[in-house]
Amino acid sequence: MSRDYLFRRILIAIPSLLGISLVLFTVLALAPGDPFGELVTNPNVPAEIRLALRAKFGLDDPVWIRYVRWLNAMLQGDWGFSFTSRMDVDTLIMQRLPTTVAVIGAAQILAIVVAIPVGVLAATRPYSLFDQIANTLAFVGFSLPTFFTGLLLILVFSIQLDWLPFVYRTDIRASGWQWWWEHIRQSIMPVTVLGLFQGASLVRYVRSSVLDVIKLDYVTTARSKGIGEPKVVTRHVVRNALIPVVTLVALQMPVVFGGAIVTEQIFRIPGIGSLLISSILANDTPVVMGVTFVFACLVVLFNLIADILYGWLDPRITFR
Amino acid sequence: MNTQTAPLLSARGLTKHFAIKGGIFAREVHRIHAVDGVSFDIAAGETLGLVGESGCGKSTTGRCILRLIEPSSGEVWFQGRDVTKLDADALRGLRRDMQIIFQDPFASLNPRHTVGGIIGEALIIHGLSRTRAELDDRVVQLLETVGLQPDHRHRFPHEFSGGQRQRIGIARALAVEPKLIICDEPVSALDVSIQAQVINLLEDLQEKFGLTYLFIAHDLSVVEHISDRVAVMYLGRVVEIAPSRELYDNPRHPYTEALLSAVPIPDPLVKRKRIVLQGDVPNPIRPPTGCRFHTRCPIAEARCSQEVPELEQSSDGHWVACHLRR
Repeated sequence: MSRDYLFRRILIAIPSLLGISLVLFTVLALAPGDPFGELVTNPNVPAEIRLALRAKFGLDDPVWIRYVRWLNAMLQGDWGFSFTSRMDVDTLIMQRLPTTVAVIGAAQILAIVVAIPVGVLAATRPYSLFDQIANTLAFVGFSLPTFFTGLLLILVFSIQLDWLPFVYRTDIRASGWQWWWEHIRQSIMPVTVLGLFQGASLVRYVRSSVLDVIKLDYVTTARSKGIGEPKVVTRHVVRNALIPVVTLVALQMPVVFGGAIVTEQIFRIPGIGSLLISSILANDTPVVMGVTFVFACLVVLFNLIADILYGWLDPRITFR
Repeated sequence: MNTQTAPLLSARGLTKHFAIKGGIFAREVHRIHAVDGVSFDIAAGETLGLVGESGCGKSTTGRCILRLIEPSSGEVWFQGRDVTKLDADALRGLRRDMQIIFQDPFASLNPRHTVGGIIGEALIIHGLSRTRAELDDRVVQLLETVGLQPDHRHRFPHEFSGGQRQRIGIARALAVEPKLIICDEPVSALDVSIQAQVINLLEDLQEKFGLTYLFIAHDLSVVEHISDRVAVMYLGRVVEIAPSRELYDNPRHPYTEALLSAVPIPDPLVKRKRIVLQGDVPNPIRPPTGCRFHTRCPIAEARCSQEVPELEQSSDGHWVACHLRR
């Protein structure tokens, strides 16, 4: 892995991001809906003011001029101005992003921490009782949609048992340990729902991947060297079996962000997903543009991370 | 069996049945008789060739001896101990003395480990090299022994050709200074020109380190070249064991005859009778009763389908399992 490779990959990302932004912008411009649509029906706003507002934000200019203007502003760090929230788009996104990243990050870590040991154990004892149970639970896990399990957990743990809060709050009035404790308490359900959903499909991947590797000759070679079974599994099997899993995890990350929108809605997490939904409903194009562009950047970033992890896991892949 | 000194390895009645499970309760519905009562001895310093068609149980026999596959029954005596009774710890210790070289040099080396790591791993496991420098020296020495360059230890398996990889596999097996090496078709995956190099290397190493080989192959000319004695397997059973020359000049068992008649002779003028066997190898799920070869044997009689012929000595060191040829 060379620094040149990394630099070149980032350079290649620039034209793709430009292309994505162009498509996004055009689609949003062509889409029906007008951020000032509600002003038309509002009798308190005179028509001149509405037209002046439109002119001020340049909404009547041709699409390509608006795109160039948006791009120019973007390059200078100006992401635009939200019509409905009346604040800068980047401030708005930065307010929401940490919550989403924390919840999704914790869920992914939970998924990996559960899936890898369970998948490996199941594959080393194929068709055993443990394997059967793990497979069944995994099947149930990825068959149940998050909006169902989410509501179920809320019903049981918040309403019946009253152990956990079901509305996620960012304005917790506490400090130190108390603050952390409240945050962990309200994150338990969304993280569990998302994490186990992700983990369930991951278990199947890990299991089949390990099953593929464990019967290869070099694993028998390792056994014939006199290495103990745990070491054979960790050093020779898991490391080779993880490549397809790494791809899956890294390439699924953007999908996870998308899927988290549902979970964010259920648990009222004020994350980037609920921001996207509310701004789409309000025709708040600058925010929609900003959020989707952030998603695009994430796709590019996680592709890059997947490639770097490949090279680390598999020496046959060289970076030139 | 007749060897002057006590054998280094004796297999007695080695058997491996694979269960095929099916049905809703995953009960055993079929049983593959991969290896069925195989017995032979290998003297120290000797090479025993093991030949037979694909699927006759050669590789399974080799792996059962090392317990890379657990044998269903039978005994494997190695240096006065029954390998099949050893617990996991003792078995790991035994791996120092018994090693294996695999057929496919592309599949048998871990693609994520460097050549140095592959060769050196067993040295660390068995505590044979205490310091890093000692380990490095030993790896370099092993690479040189098999005719590779010292700096090859920093490379990965995919950077080598098939012949070079097989040399890495040999160096890896040699690392722990074993007494017995099971060569499981070590040259079958290689080009003919490379085959000769690897065979010669194996012979040189045998001379240098006093190694004992169980050489599994389906190429009869290779086996003839390298082996002192040859055992012929058919459908999980040994049908004939004899010193190499004796077997090739004077085969007794009809199956061996047929097998040998299939070896091409590199002279178009030589005329000879080719024995072509009728039918296919029977299904090892339902092997024929009596002599397993009777369904295809040109000389079979009534009792061949009822009585199992024992492996018996017909002349000095020549053992045959046939009712009609003694």
